[in-house]
Amino acid sequence: MDRFAKRALVDLVMRSACTLATALALAPLVSVLAYVGAQGLGGLSWGFFTELPAPVGESGGGVGNALLGSLVLLGLAGCFAIPIGVLAGVYLAEFGIGPFGRLARFCADVATGVPSIIVGVFVYSLVVLSMRRFSALAGGLALGILMLPTITRTTEEILRLVPDSLREAGLALGVPERRVILRIVVPTAAPGVATAVTLALARAAGETAPLLFTALNSRFWSTRLDQPIGSLPVQLYSYALSPYEPWHRQAWATALVLVALVLTLNLGVRALTASRKELR
Amino acid sequence: MSPPLALSRSVSQPPPRQPDRLTPSPTAPPRPPEKLRTLGLRAWHGKTEVLKGVSLQLLERRVTAIIGPSGCGKSTFLRCLNRLHEVVPGTRVEGKVLLGGVDIYERGTDPARVRGRVGMVFQKPNPFPTLSIRGNVLAGLRLQRSSVRDADELVERSLRQAALWHEVKDLLGRSGSSLSGGQQQRLCIARALALRPEVLLMDEPCSALDPIATAHIEELIRELGESYTTVVVTHNLQQAARVSHDTAFFYLGELIEHAETDALLTKPRHQKTEDYITGRFG
Amino acid sequence: MQPLEPSKPMTRLVTRRRPGRDRPRREGDVADRRFRLLTAAFASTSVVLLGAMALQLARASKPAWRRFGLGFIGGQHWDPSRELYGALPFIVGTVASSLLALLLAIPVALGVAILLAELAPGRLARPLGQLVELLAAIPSVVYGLWGLFVLVPWLRVTVQPALVETLGALPLFRGTPRGFGVLAAGLVLAIMSLPSVAVVGRDVLRAVPASHREGALALGATRWEAVRLAVLPQARAGLVGAALLGLGRALGETMAVAMVIGNRPELSGSLLSPASTLASVVANEFAEATDSLHLAALSALGLVLFGVTLLLNLAARLLVWQVGRLPDGARRA
Repeated sequence: MDRFAKRALVDLVMRSACTLATALALAPLVSVLAYVGAQGLGGLSWGFFTELPAPVGESGGGVGNALLGSLVLLGLAGCFAIPIGVLAGVYLAEFGIGPFGRLARFCADVATGVPSIIVGVFVYSLVVLSMRRFSALAGGLALGILMLPTITRTTEEILRLVPDSLREAGLALGVPERRVILRIVVPTAAPGVATAVTLALARAAGETAPLLFTALNSRFWSTRLDQPIGSLPVQLYSYALSPYEPWHRQAWATALVLVALVLTLNLGVRALTASRKELR
Repeated sequence: MSPPLALSRSVSQPPPRQPDRLTPSPTAPPRPPEKLRTLGLRAWHGKTEVLKGVSLQLLERRVTAIIGPSGCGKSTFLRCLNRLHEVVPGTRVEGKVLLGGVDIYERGTDPARVRGRVGMVFQKPNPFPTLSIRGNVLAGLRLQRSSVRDADELVERSLRQAALWHEVKDLLGRSGSSLSGGQQQRLCIARALALRPEVLLMDEPCSALDPIATAHIEELIRELGESYTTVVVTHNLQQAARVSHDTAFFYLGELIEHAETDALLTKPRHQKTEDYITGRFG
Repeated sequence: MQPLEPSKPMTRLVTRRRPGRDRPRREGDVADRRFRLLTAAFASTSVVLLGAMALQLARASKPAWRRFGLGFIGGQHWDPSRELYGALPFIVGTVASSLLALLLAIPVALGVAILLAELAPGRLARPLGQLVELLAAIPSVVYGLWGLFVLVPWLRVTVQPALVETLGALPLFRGTPRGFGVLAAGLVLAIMSLPSVAVVGRDVLRAVPASHREGALALGATRWEAVRLAVLPQARAGLVGAALLGLGRALGETMAVAMVIGNRPELSGSLLSPASTLASVVANEFAEATDSLHLAALSALGLVLFGVTLLLNLAARLLVWQVGRLPDGARRA
């Protein structure tokens, strides 16, 4: 074999290896989605979304309270993380080139890597111990802390994409800097920020570890913020680890709801931003 | 002696040459009063000194072109006139800029207020994409929190002044970024005019536009020059000749020559000016 | 007069110096400055939170450190009923499962990253990349469920008996096939950390200037040669960073691991035996821990995990930044 043929062969082999690797990487995704779909679909019914979990031995039952609980927790987390995260992102993008900005940016980056279980322990010792009870508030705070660094950094990145010419145009019209930022820069970036926030919420929706000892779980309807509250991931976890076969089916159905929720949010947001880009 | 200064001209009538180069002679007709004057204006980008002490007088209701090779500081000079240079981190300004006799760099002066009095049009059209055409025109006033009376009238007047009214009067609710490049630039001019500025600064306003849009904007500059003190940065000598009464030539951060446009372009006094306009560098 | 030192903090506050008034002075009106301070306060939350976490964990774990000292980290036994607390089984379990995961995931992730960044045509690279990003969006508890009911039985019935049969002589593959254990945890972690490593790796490769690979291609290199000779060497630090980010994620991953690792605080040399990790033991025992020493010991495990992931992240970020350097401050120039 001459040198060129050999080189072409190596090229071909390595390209195939990369393609194979991608197939290998996607195989588990297919398997997970297939199982969740196949096993979960049978457990779905209208009642699954509206009813309370059934006790052992009874058939039926649902995750209505957990669904509601997840919404409550995400709402709380959003109330906490979105305003702080977006304004922190504004600081980093508009003023954050000094040493403090670099520190804050670095901490936000590092904070995205803090294990979610640690956040749970932190909120437990901060909130649960002082309130002397597990509560939705603690759970929401834990999810919010998890979302905060992501929202901060993505907001910063998106604000940086707003051309400086718009900032200068605003300043040149004699508009004070804060209003240039709040009324021109932020609205221009708003769709992107909304996307980032939605993705962060989607990620938080699936978090289990930080809720285990903050929001705990509940088998009853509850929207009270000072009481334990159920959530889809924690309900799924407790169903999955139970020794009862019917509960395993409930676990798969819960997983299907959760995956559908997370993927819909992800795909929906991506589709929206993609179509907006094409319009431009 | 020199013929009277015409306040407005058309392209076909080039400005008359004035041998005494802006130095008023006793017999010359009264020149328009001074609107803007810089005194020893120096500016830095980090450690680089971009402007090295520029003193320049700008007269009311005249169009002054600023020419010079790339990097000569002409844009920086413009941006010092409305205190926009300083918004870039690591920059610094020294010296005085007298607007109507008062230094805009005086302590305690709010730069936002200065910028409200000095309108600016940028190289690339930059309408606010989230605002409508109407919203763009009113943006300055609204965001300054000034009360806007007779908004409709103001929008129409500003757009008429910018020669855009007839093209957009039925599309006022559309996004500003839906217009063509030349229209966007005129919208930006209307947006600046809505604040009734005392001075209008234009930073290579045509360099991002096609020839037809350029012709529109140039004609507009000549018209606006009748009522506004206008400063146009350009790297196009023909454009300077077409739109301006006076021209200032900058080189390496220094003002080399300032004269009536025709005089400067046809009979430059300095070797560097001549080199530049004859195309030896730049 | 000296121009401003660029090494000085370049904020958007402008300092003008004038003869006689040599005091730096802030421009902009009071409301603008207040706004800036307000956003700065919000930006400081990340800093404060990180500090508060470290402090809180240190405080909560104090009794454990006081009782066992640094020997806590080397302690081989964890038995709450005898008030015996040692971190070693969890540290070993965490490191073993994460390293196994990375060992499996890195070659695959690198292949995916190269395909997405260099080889696949743009029409294919975008949707493929989004698909890989979707993998990262699936909640870990769902991976845990899948691991529990699909992967673990498969390992028990098919894979592990075969492993014992063929490689049983090695201590790594000794023991009864239970399904649950380090191998299952490593596999689930590999699947879970793969997408993020691949995506960061892709971005790192894309950050290598096009001129490098074009230069190689212009010299007659094949696509692969261009990747190997021109792109990979440039991106090496960033790729290591991507791997470290994946490692950090694997170390801290809780739910999926807790569901498949078997949760037994034992030290054993085999991949087939059940084990426990720092994160999984905290998840399992924290809510039920009643006596204060148990809680303190769990918090101490949390502190160890926090410290390790923090260091890893720090190192990873620095490496990734080296390649795709943030346009820090440059964009307004």
